[in-house]
Amino acid sequence: MSNPQLEIQLIAAIVAVACAIPGVFLVLRKMALISDAISHSILPGIVIGFFITQDLNSPLLILFAALTGVITVILVEVIQKTGLVKEDTAIGLVFPTMFSIGVILIAKNANDIHLDVDAVLLGELAFAPFDRMFISGMDMGPKSLWVMGGVLLVSITLLILFFKELKVSTFDVGLSSALGFSPVVLHYGLMSVSSVTIVGAFDAVGAILVVALMIAPAATAYLLTNDLKRMLVLSVVFGVFSAIAGYWLAHLLDASISGSMTTVLGIVFLLVYLFAPKKGLISVLYRQKQQRTEVSLITFLLHLNNHTEKSERHINHLQEHINWQKVRSKSVVDLALKNNMITIDNHIVSLTEKGKEFTGKALDYILTNRDDKIENIKDDFFLFRG
Amino acid sequence: MSISEYFNLLWTDYTLRTITLGTAVLGAICGMLGSFAVLRKQSLLGDAISHAALPGIAIAFLITGSKDTYILLMGALICGLIGAFWIRGITTKTHLKSDTALGLVLSLFFGFGMLLLTYIQKQSNANQAGLDKYLFGQAATLVESDVFIMIGVTGVCLIILLLFWKEFKIMLFDMDYTKTLGFNVRFIDSLITFFIVLAIVLGLQTVGVVLMSAMLLAPAAAARQWTNSLGTMVILAAIIGALAGIFGTAISATQNNLSTGPVIVLVAAVFVLFSFIFSPGRGIVFREIRFRQNRNDLQLKKTLQFMYDIAKTHQNISHPHAIRILNNFQGFSKNSLRKMEEKEWITLKGQEWSLTNIGFEEAKNLYNQQLKDE
Repeated sequence: MSNPQLEIQLIAAIVAVACAIPGVFLVLRKMALISDAISHSILPGIVIGFFITQDLNSPLLILFAALTGVITVILVEVIQKTGLVKEDTAIGLVFPTMFSIGVILIAKNANDIHLDVDAVLLGELAFAPFDRMFISGMDMGPKSLWVMGGVLLVSITLLILFFKELKVSTFDVGLSSALGFSPVVLHYGLMSVSSVTIVGAFDAVGAILVVALMIAPAATAYLLTNDLKRMLVLSVVFGVFSAIAGYWLAHLLDASISGSMTTVLGIVFLLVYLFAPKKGLISVLYRQKQQRTEVSLITFLLHLNNHTEKSERHINHLQEHINWQKVRSKSVVDLALKNNMITIDNHIVSLTEKGKEFTGKALDYILTNRDDKIENIKDDFFLFRG
Repeated sequence: MSISEYFNLLWTDYTLRTITLGTAVLGAICGMLGSFAVLRKQSLLGDAISHAALPGIAIAFLITGSKDTYILLMGALICGLIGAFWIRGITTKTHLKSDTALGLVLSLFFGFGMLLLTYIQKQSNANQAGLDKYLFGQAATLVESDVFIMIGVTGVCLIILLLFWKEFKIMLFDMDYTKTLGFNVRFIDSLITFFIVLAIVLGLQTVGVVLMSAMLLAPAAAARQWTNSLGTMVILAAIIGALAGIFGTAISATQNNLSTGPVIVLVAAVFVLFSFIFSPGRGIVFREIRFRQNRNDLQLKKTLQFMYDIAKTHQNISHPHAIRILNNFQGFSKNSLRKMEEKEWITLKGQEWSLTNIGFEEAKNLYNQQLKDE
C-alpha cells in the first residue's frame, strides 16, 4: 500500500466520521434532507467566495460556503413560518433556486473561473493527496486531511461539551427549553456544524455523496439500536468501514471512490434493513404475521368463551362462522392446542382452564385498553408464539 | 438576440420551436403532477427520484450499449420506480421517517449511479460520452420526436387524471375515508406515483437531476397560493409550469452562456415568490393588510366600548364629554376619532365628543355578539 493510498483512506475515514456525527442528530430530528439542501445551496456561496478571494483553497471560501448553508436553513424556516407551504416544499423550493443561481454565476463567468459544476457536485477523492499543505516549505500532508481533521476535532469537542443538551433538545424540545437550554441556539449550532462539515467534505466526496455519508450510517445504526451513544458509535463504525471498503472497491473496479463508498454504504444499509434483529424488514414481516395469528387466536378464544352450546363449537362450524380460510383456521387451532388453550373432543372444541383464564384476561385488556398489558399476558400464557 | 427577436424567431426556427415547446410541455406536466406531490406532502419525492434514476441510465447503457434516449430513459424509469417504492417500504415497515428514507434513496442510488458512470467511462471501447448530460440536462438536445413523446405522455396522463379524478382527490385529502369506501388505495397510490416518476424521468433530459425537484414543486407551490380547489390548482400549476418553461427558454436563448435548466428554475422561483407575496387569499401583502384592518377595527371598537361605558351612566347618551377624559385609555387617536365620526358612531364638537344613537346601538351589540358567540 503506497503512501497516497493510505492518505486517501485516511481522508475518507475522517470525512466519514465527521459526517456521521451530525448525521445522527439530523436523522433523529427528522431533518435529514436539510443536509441535501445545504450541500446543494452552498454552490453560490463557493462561487461568490471565489470572486472575493480568487483562491479555491482559501479558508474564507469555506466560511462563505458554510454561511450560505446556514442562510439556506434560515430561508427554509422563514418560508415555512409564513404557513404558505409545508416544510418539505420549502426545502424543495430553496435549494434548487440557490443551486441555479450558483450554476448561472459560474456559467456567466466561465472564462475567469476554474470551477466546474461537476467537480462541486461529484468531487474526486483520488486527487485529494495531490493538493498538499506546506508550512514554510515543509510538506505537512494533504490539505483536505487537515481541513477535515479540524472540522472533525471541532465537532467532536462540541459533541462532548453539549452532549446532554443535544440529547434533550433532540428528543424533547419542550423539556429542553424548560430546563433552559435554548432549542434555537442548539438548532442553529447543529446547523452550523453540519454546514461546515458539508462544505469541508464536499470537495473530497462531492455534494451529493456528503448526503449519503450523513444519512446512511445514522439510518443504519438507528435500525440496530435505540441508544443515542450506541447509535453514534455504530454510525461512526459503519462510516469508516464503508470508507475503507469503498476505497478498495473503487480500486478493484477502477471507478469513482466516492461512488463506491456510497455503494458500500448502500449495501450495508440494505443488509441491515433486511436482517436487523428487531427492526429489519424480515423480522417486522415475521412479527406482523405472528401478531395477526395471535389476534386471530384471541378472537377465536373469545368466540369459544361466548358460546356454550355444542353446535356453535363444532370445528367445521367455527371455520364457517368466523369466516377464515382453511389454512388460517388450522394454524390458529394448532396454536391454541399447542398452548393448551383448548381441547378437541369429538370435533367439539372447548376451552381448558388455562384458556378460560387467558380469555378472561384478554377480555379485561380489551375493555380497559391499556397498551402494555397484552404483551405481558402473551408472555405469561404462550408456550409457543404464532 | 433580444426577447422580441426571439419570439419572432420562434415561428420559423426549428430548434427554438422544439425546445420552447418541449420545455413548455414539460412544465405543464410537471405542474400538473407536482400539485399532487405537494398536496401529498411528498414534495421532495421529485428530488429523490430524479437522483435515484441515475443508476438506471447507467445500467441501461451497460446492458444495451446503446445511447438511444428512450432506452436510457426506460432504465431511469424502472430505477426511479424501484426507488419510489423502496421509499414507501422503508417508511411503512421500519421506524425511519420519510425524510431519512428520501435522503437514503437519493444519495445511495445516486452514489451507485456515479460508481457505474465512472466505471463505464473507464471502459475503453464504449462511446459513453454524453451520459452525464443527464446530470445537468441539456434542453438543446431535444428533438421533435422527444416533444411528441412528451405530448403523448401528457395526454395519457390527462386521461388518467380525468378517469381517476374522484379517486385521486379523495385519497389526497382523506386516506382513511378512501379505504373505508373500498377503493384500492394501493393501486391508486401506485398509479399517481408512477406518473410522478414518469414526469421526472421525462424532465431529466431537459433540466437534469438536480433541478428536477424544483420543476415539480415550484409551479404547484405557486398555484396553491391562488386557489383552494384542486381542479383549479392543477390547471393553474400546468399553466405556470408552461410559462416558466417558455420564459426560461426565452431568457436563456437570448443570453450567452446560460443553460436552460437553471433559468427555468429561477423563473419558476420568481412565480412562487410573486404568488407568496401578492396572492389575494394567502399572500403576505394582503394578509398584512387584513391584519392591520382587523387591528384598527378592534381598536375602534375598543374606544367605542369605552365611550359606551361612560355614556351609559348618563341619561342623555349624547351628552358631550371632553376628549381629555379618554386620555387614560390608550386606544384612540385623532384619526380613529375621525373614523368613528365617519361611521356616525360619534359626533365631534371642538374638544368634546358625544355618542350618537347609532354608536350606542353598535356598542350594545358588541356585547350581544359576544354573548351570541358563546
